[in-house]
Amino acid sequence: MSKQAAAVISRPRDERVFNAIVYTIASLIILIVLYPLIFVISASFSDPAKVLNGEVWLLPKSVSLDAYTNIFHNGKIWTGYMNTIIYTVVGTIVNMILTILAAYPLSRPDLPGRKVLMVIITLTMFFGGGLIPTYLLVKNLGMLDTMWALIVPGAISTYNLIVMRTYFQSSIPWELQEAAHIDGCSNWRLLVNIIIPLSKPILAVMVLFYAVGHWNSFFNALIYIRDEGRYPLQLVLREILLISQTDAVDGNVGLENKVLLAESIKYAVIIISSLPILIMYPFVQRHFVKGVMIGSIKG
Amino acid sequence: MKSAQVQATAAPSRVSARRGRRIWIQMVKRYDLYLMLLVPIAWYLIFHYGPLYGLQIAFKNFNPAKGIIGSSWVGFDHFERFFDSYYFGRLLWNTLSINLFSLLIAFPISIVLALIVNEIRSKSFSKLLQNITFIPHFISVVVIVGILNVFLSPTTGPINSLIEAFGGSPIRFLEEAGWFKTIFIGSNIWQNMGWQSIIYIAALSGINPQLYEAAKMDGASRMRRVWHISLPGIVPVIVIMLILDIGHFMDIGFEKILLMQNNLNLEASDVISTFVYTTGILKGEYSYTAAIGLFNSVINLVLLLLVNRFARKTSETSLW
Repeated sequence: MSKQAAAVISRPRDERVFNAIVYTIASLIILIVLYPLIFVISASFSDPAKVLNGEVWLLPKSVSLDAYTNIFHNGKIWTGYMNTIIYTVVGTIVNMILTILAAYPLSRPDLPGRKVLMVIITLTMFFGGGLIPTYLLVKNLGMLDTMWALIVPGAISTYNLIVMRTYFQSSIPWELQEAAHIDGCSNWRLLVNIIIPLSKPILAVMVLFYAVGHWNSFFNALIYIRDEGRYPLQLVLREILLISQTDAVDGNVGLENKVLLAESIKYAVIIISSLPILIMYPFVQRHFVKGVMIGSIKG
Repeated sequence: MKSAQVQATAAPSRVSARRGRRIWIQMVKRYDLYLMLLVPIAWYLIFHYGPLYGLQIAFKNFNPAKGIIGSSWVGFDHFERFFDSYYFGRLLWNTLSINLFSLLIAFPISIVLALIVNEIRSKSFSKLLQNITFIPHFISVVVIVGILNVFLSPTTGPINSLIEAFGGSPIRFLEEAGWFKTIFIGSNIWQNMGWQSIIYIAALSGINPQLYEAAKMDGASRMRRVWHISLPGIVPVIVIMLILDIGHFMDIGFEKILLMQNNLNLEASDVISTFVYTTGILKGEYSYTAAIGLFNSVINLVLLLLVNRFARKTSETSLW
């Protein structure tokens, strides 16, 4: 019997074992990723006393919305929520305008000096002044304790800029732009009427990348924002989740109850703050993946 | 319009003295493109090259009243002070080891995950696996550390409940230096393995299916096909990702370390970037910490250049 024939005969069993291993590992990974998330969701809907006793481990125990009603009365969280929404919307608009204005001209093969400009931009990905000089710059510009400190220093992500430029170059036919020029179309009109409408997929991805970035960022606010009234959600979260202030709980309850409530709202706060992203996730997940793929062409 | 085109095509054959003039005409004709670039380039100069200029305070005794230029030069004093300081060894070791362990453990896991996704024949199950492993990527660092806090809590967390159920005594995971690196890297893997695997999954889908068919005909087992076809097929992508990771070698996960840090685990969690934050921003020692930051960036850049050069020589794949 030839070697090849033997291999063919042994294959079904080999296949089955291999499949079993692959599916087992995959299922384990799914469990490991999901379990902490399910635990937090369950704990947030449980009776705080049961959570503190460590009785909740998978499903909610004595379903209760106490934690959520408590958050509802917490002014700090809502101020943070509003602030974050404003920072995210304004920040993303600034990000998009500046990124498009940089990416489009640099995608034009007929622009003298674009290689030099690209080098100037790309170099910043590998070497920078660092935290302290940046902080001093923002301070000297008088941006401390303003919304602009959270928006302007990060106005362009060089990575996103390169991805967008690659998209403009590879997905929009140069002949089309040349034809528009011959028809007397100015570059501004070309950008607004042709390039932007034709690039909707990549622009959507960029809006999502930038918006999630703003929603989740906390470090810039930590160093630039002192006024608690301007705190974004993530800084308020940091106080509640990590610094564990019992005064995050309003009302005239005893100290013991305060500790109980402060502990229990942690779970609900995690859910409330991640809700917008988790709700939109199923709809945009495909776009995110696409964005990474487009980036990888160049990468 | 036509004459401009003729001029454009005929120009290269003319003498180079005319070239400067031709480029000048080209530039003037496209002035509006430069107008678009005006704000972005100004932004790059101010917010990226501005801090580079400000970096000179690393060699000065920066005094806010005198400004960057007015402050006096001190040469390498700040660097020497840092190298001689009690913290230097600990900071360098923590920074290097956290990143090295991440690279050794977390980096290969996303590749393995991509290979697993690629080997799952059921379309819906492979989609499920991908969609679920992506989720944690979008959760903020603050929330991730918050989840770690409640999940590993010695009194209410399920992990310690489990330990107690088996007769052990609860472990204060987040307050023990010995556990810090494990938890930091483990939760990083939990959060990012799915997202980082996307690029490998994309690369795997680009491998020619005929290669697999041919190997199958030759009697190669599934495992051998993964090893001899899938893996070599994505080596260029792996190399690029490796170089990019090393390009950020010294600053991976700084924000998360800062959030996880407390006085009890400082021995293991004190890294250069968190030290720069606490000493520079909080205590106002700007020049000293600017010097430390510069030291950090230089090591980073040197590593990047070395790895890129090594990759270009050995695998012919490199960033530039």
